[in-house]
Amino acid sequence: MAAKVKAVAAKGGLQFPLVDGFLWFVRIGLLIAIAWGAFFSLTSGRLSGQAWRNLIVFGIAQGAVYALVALGYTMVYGVLRFINFAHGEVFMSGAVIGFFVTDALSETALWENAQILGLLLALLVCMVVSMSIAVLLERIAYRPLRNSPRLIPLITSIGASFFLQYTFRGLFGADTKVYPSTSSLNGRVEFLGFQILNRQLLVIVAASVIMISLYLFVEKTKQGKAIRAVAEDQEIARLMGINVDRTISMVFALGGAMAGAAGLLYGLVFGSVNFFSGFLPGIKAFTSAVLGGIGNIAGAMLGGLTLGTVESLGPSLVLAGLNIPSANQLKDMIAFVALVLVLIFRPTGILGERLTEERT
Amino acid sequence: MALAETSVQRARDVDLSRAPRIGAVFGIAVIFISAIGMVGTFATRSMIGSAFSLSRVLLALLAFTAGYVATQPPPQLEGYRVAEPSPRLVGVGSIAGAIAGAMLGLFAILVDSISIRDIFVEFTPELVGILTFEQGTGLGFLLLLLLGSALGAAGGAVRLMSARIRRALFAAIGWTLGLALLQILFTQIFNSLQLDFLTRLLYRGASGGLSVTSAPAVAVALFLIAYAGQGRVKKAVTGFRGLQGEAQRKATVAGMAVLLIILGALPHVLGNFLSSAMDIAGTFLLMALGLNIVIGFAGLLDLGYVAFFAVGAYTTSVLTSTSGPAFSPELTFWTALPFVMMAAALAGLLVGTPVLRMRGDYLAIVTLGFGEIARLITLSDWQASTLGGAQGIANVPPIPVGPWNLVEAQEFFYIIFGFVLLFAYITYALQASRMGRAWNAMREDQAVAEAMGVNIVAAKLWAFVLGAIMASLGGAMFAHRVGTVFPHSFNIIVSITVVVIVIVGGMGSVPGVIVGALVLVGLPELLREFEEFRFLLYGVVLIFMMLKRPEGFIPSRRRQREIHEDEVAQDAWLRAETERQREEEAAGSTGPERT
Repeated sequence: MAAKVKAVAAKGGLQFPLVDGFLWFVRIGLLIAIAWGAFFSLTSGRLSGQAWRNLIVFGIAQGAVYALVALGYTMVYGVLRFINFAHGEVFMSGAVIGFFVTDALSETALWENAQILGLLLALLVCMVVSMSIAVLLERIAYRPLRNSPRLIPLITSIGASFFLQYTFRGLFGADTKVYPSTSSLNGRVEFLGFQILNRQLLVIVAASVIMISLYLFVEKTKQGKAIRAVAEDQEIARLMGINVDRTISMVFALGGAMAGAAGLLYGLVFGSVNFFSGFLPGIKAFTSAVLGGIGNIAGAMLGGLTLGTVESLGPSLVLAGLNIPSANQLKDMIAFVALVLVLIFRPTGILGERLTEERT
Repeated sequence: MALAETSVQRARDVDLSRAPRIGAVFGIAVIFISAIGMVGTFATRSMIGSAFSLSRVLLALLAFTAGYVATQPPPQLEGYRVAEPSPRLVGVGSIAGAIAGAMLGLFAILVDSISIRDIFVEFTPELVGILTFEQGTGLGFLLLLLLGSALGAAGGAVRLMSARIRRALFAAIGWTLGLALLQILFTQIFNSLQLDFLTRLLYRGASGGLSVTSAPAVAVALFLIAYAGQGRVKKAVTGFRGLQGEAQRKATVAGMAVLLIILGALPHVLGNFLSSAMDIAGTFLLMALGLNIVIGFAGLLDLGYVAFFAVGAYTTSVLTSTSGPAFSPELTFWTALPFVMMAAALAGLLVGTPVLRMRGDYLAIVTLGFGEIARLITLSDWQASTLGGAQGIANVPPIPVGPWNLVEAQEFFYIIFGFVLLFAYITYALQASRMGRAWNAMREDQAVAEAMGVNIVAAKLWAFVLGAIMASLGGAMFAHRVGTVFPHSFNIIVSITVVVIVIVGGMGSVPGVIVGALVLVGLPELLREFEEFRFLLYGVVLIFMMLKRPEGFIPSRRRQREIHEDEVAQDAWLRAETERQREEEAAGSTGPERT
């Protein structure tokens, strides 16, 4: 039996020489292009050291948001082995609700006197709303499909994604919503030569606190243990007396809450959101999750930060060096290229090794 | 023997706890469509007389459906006694309808009393007016409650009718509403067929819907037709399937001839506006037929299919445009066609090769990435010198056929549907070919297929390349029809639309894909009111299909068998079991009575 499998595998290996050659060619070509671009960008001195550092800080702030959203993807994937395509929309719901809460609060005295308290309140509301949407989504759309072929829940989640987008459009209008100004977030701090805008600092700190709490929750509490058990093997977890349905609901709830928080932080940093804002950050967060190793919580954080930085530095560092005009237009393309390359060359990501077999 | 014992128990005709639950679900549904603005938008469209606007009809239908669904008999296994529906179904239905109506009434009161219009853009006084029949919230609530209850009762009462009457009734309601909704289509058809008197008889004005007198008359006439003609279509189909050899070939040829004649006459019957709607649907149909090969046959979910559409549109535009940005050889459509196909094949290989080892969800996401990369490249300044950047490429000439240029939508129809026929033929030919069988095997189990000697690399790449070529022709048609290409025509929504067509129509099924394209793309072109809610409905339809009917509306027989393999096996077992029992009972004549 083993010999047979080996023979098949060997045959599979033999079938691909052309393909493998092509892939190696792509790999080497890309490395050369990146090195070439970076070399010329750095030597041209187009950007000062301070400008590079600003880009890095910006990338980290953005990456923190991606990481928060990526946690939702990675936890759901870890437990159910399916890509919740609609997770970007859960994030968007947080961003849109965050606008209404901050907008309403900005007319009260609280906003003047204790803005941080107001922001915390907004954060709470966003987390609760997004959490409810994620849990309802699981209950209505995904739970009945738990045992169906793998593409069926994925297609369902694409439907759910469109449903949520256009529901938000119908409910709240198609116009872009601009967050109110936050006076307490206007300054900047100096840290090791990095100039960090206060709002970026807020995002980084808030995201870190939330992620650390999540990590502790999953690693140290009983419910966290249940989540890990269900991720390992649903059937055995059920036999051990774990309520699998409730645990999966909890995974969606946690992921939704993270995404809601990320939505508010995104709104605070970028200032404006609309019903379509969930698509790109959603895909990028998914990329982060894969980059870090899908199913791996620490990996999602690492992947988010990596992707945020790469995306922020990429246009100026590589594309500008290759003499591509208006390189910043292609910022989103860097994320997509990263997505494609990671999935092709290292689908297990930086930290993930565990899921290779189940995935294919 | 457990089966025989339980079968004498009294079977219930309805599950009473369903009524409040279903009522609440439908209550949420009616509140939802009010809150997202569907009711407000549809109120401007009258269906029957001036009193029945589309939104009223929709709400009424939902209340009726609430009653109908609430009285659904509990699942009964074969071999159990089938319960007779009793008149209390009417009561159960009316409870469900009343709950839905009351929820909508409460919603109207809420919208009327609290001003949250700054947040929810559709919570307008006009909405309250529509919902409460302009009678104020108090009386309006009462009216909604009573109407909901009455409609729900009607929904329950339908269960008491014989299946034949019920089916005819549904057909009559459906066709009457269809006549009212698609007034523009039917008016045009009647006028082209010199049946203007029908238009005058049925409709009030250009877009006023059916008149109060014509609607009931039409409904009754349709009911009688449906009642009398029931089963004829099915009989004809089984008759056709039953034909053998020579007779079958003759019937097929006759069918094809009729189809061609209808297709040939269609643009003239439909007129310019409707033909252009058909052209748009046809463009998507070309893509859907291609994606049908990729998803339906080879089982590779491609979410970036728009990339190939863009390759086709841009290649033909660059090669034929009279004002191409840098490089414009100004070929004609036909001389550019081989290059379009080659470019598409190359793109198919470029996308297909790196993803050979991927399956399922990762493949979907990677292709989605490729689709977005294609759009971003066409949008960028980087390639603006050849692809025109955000301005796109203008002055793409019409398609020349002999001495004529196809400019009008009616003329364009022929070339698009010519390609549709060709692709449909190719699809059928491939289905039975060696490659088609290789795809089937690969879709069902790649490892086993590989072990059986199927060349997976070739099978996958062929699927990608063929799909790409078909999509690129769709793109070329699009470019020549519109005359300009912009990057914004190539976003993810196109990919998703094509995926929805293939999945809703039925993966691997050509008739399914054709109907899917006509209904999902053609109809919204006619129903402008739906435009705003088109993608919302796509989302709902996708979720619904996956939950209830993953094989699609017109499934390919093979696909259906695959998806319901277990159930079929189980049913077969159960049928055999009950059959055996019946025989036993017949032998010992004192068996429990059966209905």
